[in-house]
Amino acid sequence: MTQPANWSALTAVMRRDLMVVMRRRSDILNPLLFILIVVSLFPLAVGPGPDILGRIAAGVIWVAALLSALLGSERLFREDYLDGTLEQLTLQPQPLALLAFGKIAVHWLLSGLPLVILAPVCALLLKLPIAGWSTLLATLLVGTPILSAMTAIGAALTVSLGRGGALLSLLLLPLFIPLLIFASGAVEAALVGTAAWPQVLLLAGLSLLTLLLAPFAVAASIRVSVN
Amino acid sequence: MSTLLDVQQLASQRAGRTLFADLSFTLNAGDVLHIEGENGAGKSTLLRSLVGLVELQAGTIRFFPEQLPFAQEWRQHTLFMGHKPAVKAELTALENVRLQAQLTAVANVDAWQLLETVGLLGLEDLPAGQLSAGQQRRIALTRLWYSKAPLWILDEPFTALDTRGIDLLQQRFAEHTAQGGAIVMTSHQALTWRPEQLKRIRIQGGEL
Repeated sequence: MTQPANWSALTAVMRRDLMVVMRRRSDILNPLLFILIVVSLFPLAVGPGPDILGRIAAGVIWVAALLSALLGSERLFREDYLDGTLEQLTLQPQPLALLAFGKIAVHWLLSGLPLVILAPVCALLLKLPIAGWSTLLATLLVGTPILSAMTAIGAALTVSLGRGGALLSLLLLPLFIPLLIFASGAVEAALVGTAAWPQVLLLAGLSLLTLLLAPFAVAASIRVSVN
Repeated sequence: MSTLLDVQQLASQRAGRTLFADLSFTLNAGDVLHIEGENGAGKSTLLRSLVGLVELQAGTIRFFPEQLPFAQEWRQHTLFMGHKPAVKAELTALENVRLQAQLTAVANVDAWQLLETVGLLGLEDLPAGQLSAGQQRRIALTRLWYSKAPLWILDEPFTALDTRGIDLLQQRFAEHTAQGGAIVMTSHQALTWRPEQLKRIRIQGGEL
């Protein structure tokens, strides 16, 4: 197998996904609007006092991010499964894990990255003290690839089940607990003035490990699903 | 004459029912293997198990047994098309053809020429989702015009095509076998074209 063939197939998979999602912009916008609405519900529910809101802000933003990652994650492989694209991808001479990595990367570009960009607005809505902003953004930047990779595993496992949405949520949310603990812990540390970088670095390490291993899990799940 | 596919004693069960057992055949250059059988007889399962999409119960499948570099990279030299066209409804016919070609790493594909060949010129900028089932299938079938794979495994290639489409496809099949390729296919329709080396296998509830 030659290198250019691998590269060409990878870019073809990524370009196709990007083009398809660009034709269906609601798929990008809906999860972002969902986060904004969830975040704006909190000042109404717990009262606008800055001390309470500021303390729970990072946790709220992260929980909203987890929930929005699940929103529409079913769709990650569903269309491909139904129209036969997934079947063709498994028959590609290129390693399926490589192509799965392409799909994860596109998913992050269109769901994780917009979330990082939206985060300052959320932080403003929840009156997160300025001291925690940079840490929040850092945790989102290194943490959202984990979200994309893990939802890809779940989506690939449940793609042949018809209505796997609820099952997918039950499957994935417990796996996000470490992510949630370290991310909100890092912001908490920044707010009280201690070093936040150990948690951020740990998250970055987790992120790299997940990105390295998840494509293989996704590939194995796809093979089971198309059988 | 070179062998492209050698299948020995293949057996498959689905949901506790034996679909076929002890199925053996070889496919040489220029052969067309027509697999016949009623709905649910196991034709698709057979084709899917050939390329490894369905696990085998028993048997061995050897691709290109005489050509070693080919055998190791059989996926590169085998083209499989299932029931589903693998055409993206959101993308136009032209984009679909181009991305498909890029995925198979075939450079210098003239997408316009391909669309003209399959009779879709003038519809190239419509989303494929708005085209009919037969037109979507034509988009998928453009692969056959630039593929360099000698072995084609096609599941119901004539589905949803009109008579002109079927004729066109059979012409392409004839060219392919004349160039030393081989085809395994299922079809409920009788072929109007008489390949020189036609083999038939009938699958029928476990008996052959």
